Amino acid sequence: MSDKKTITFALMDPPYENARSTTALRLINIAAERGYNVNVFAYEGAVGLPFTKQSPHANAVHGHDVDEEDHPLPHEWIDAIAKTADANGGTLDWINCGLCVDERGVHEALDFVRRGSPADLWKWAESSDNTLVIPTK
Amino acid sequence: MALKVLSIVESAYRATIEEQDDTILWTSTALKGAGADIDVLLRGNAVNYGVKGQDASGLQFGAKKQTHPPELEVDLQRLMDQGAKVFVTTDDVAERGLERTDLIRGLEPVSRSGIAKLCADYDQIWHW
Amino acid sequence: MASYLLIESRDPFDSNDVASFYELAAGLVHEGNEVTVFLVQNGVFPARPSAKSEPLTNLARIGAEVVADDFSLRERGIKPERLAEGIGTSALDTVIDHLANGSKVIWH
Repeated sequence: MSDKKTITFALMDPPYENARSTTALRLINIAAERGYNVNVFAYEGAVGLPFTKQSPHANAVHGHDVDEEDHPLPHEWIDAIAKTADANGGTLDWINCGLCVDERGVHEALDFVRRGSPADLWKWAESSDNTLVIPTK
Repeated sequence: MALKVLSIVESAYRATIEEQDDTILWTSTALKGAGADIDVLLRGNAVNYGVKGQDASGLQFGAKKQTHPPELEVDLQRLMDQGAKVFVTTDDVAERGLERTDLIRGLEPVSRSGIAKLCADYDQIWHW
Repeated sequence: MASYLLIESRDPFDSNDVASFYELAAGLVHEGNEVTVFLVQNGVFPARPSAKSEPLTNLARIGAEVVADDFSLRERGIKPERLAEGIGTSALDTVIDHLANGSKVIWH
């Protein structure tokens, strides 16, 4: 029996607002390192995670210029996770809820991100080994 | 066997004005309409979604009026009309000073202690 | 009976709903299920011994496995050798293990 699993995550939180988005990426990264096939359905604010117009900034309070601050950009983390998945024989498939993208205006996403709907979440849930919903509050 | 999911809605009135609905009730309705075997459990503050007479109308910013405010009890009814069971946690209802008669018809009561048993009827539990 | 992983990301100092989630864990144990409670993010705060730790210790006493994410503990300066009775530590990999093994996984 194959050890390769397919796990689906549903995320809701935007970047930079709470710890859930970081923990979600930690989980997805672990699955990617194992070479699993990972599906991510990004709902509501989570559609902002792969938004490529995020940009770094300096931090005067920290005394850092832009390079020194090396501010995390979630879209770069996600891109790195996708490469990890690929390097380990797995996949990262990411769908942004289309209506959520429209109302937030975050159309510019990583090139492997697709637009979809809750029906995609259900299709994935039916075909995955398991699904984890990480809700917002 | 087909996947059976219980969606637990606990977070309430989170961006419901801007979204014109509760996005999880909306998703559950969309999924149900697409043939998903999905039921909903209301717990915590979300039990208030079943209250009759909610009225979010009248919001206006300058000349910009909100023409379609959320109608959460209507949305719950729509979900039930699609064939979903909507459970409501009776302890959470009582704690919030509500009586059964304050709620719309059709909600299936479950005690907080009964939720563990309810989970056994579903393959996955999606807590929103 | 089934295997459940209940992930608690919130803490009882901040949210009354956490008590209900602990109660669900207890209920699932009483129904004969295998239950793991995984504390993460601020959910690890009651792992540091305090009056709020007791429900978690009680869960461990009735047979649930209660663990706290090692990164979340370290992030908050909570020493793993000084956790409340019944609470262990674990890597976040545990969550992926449970998902891979088909447990019913619920995030709060």
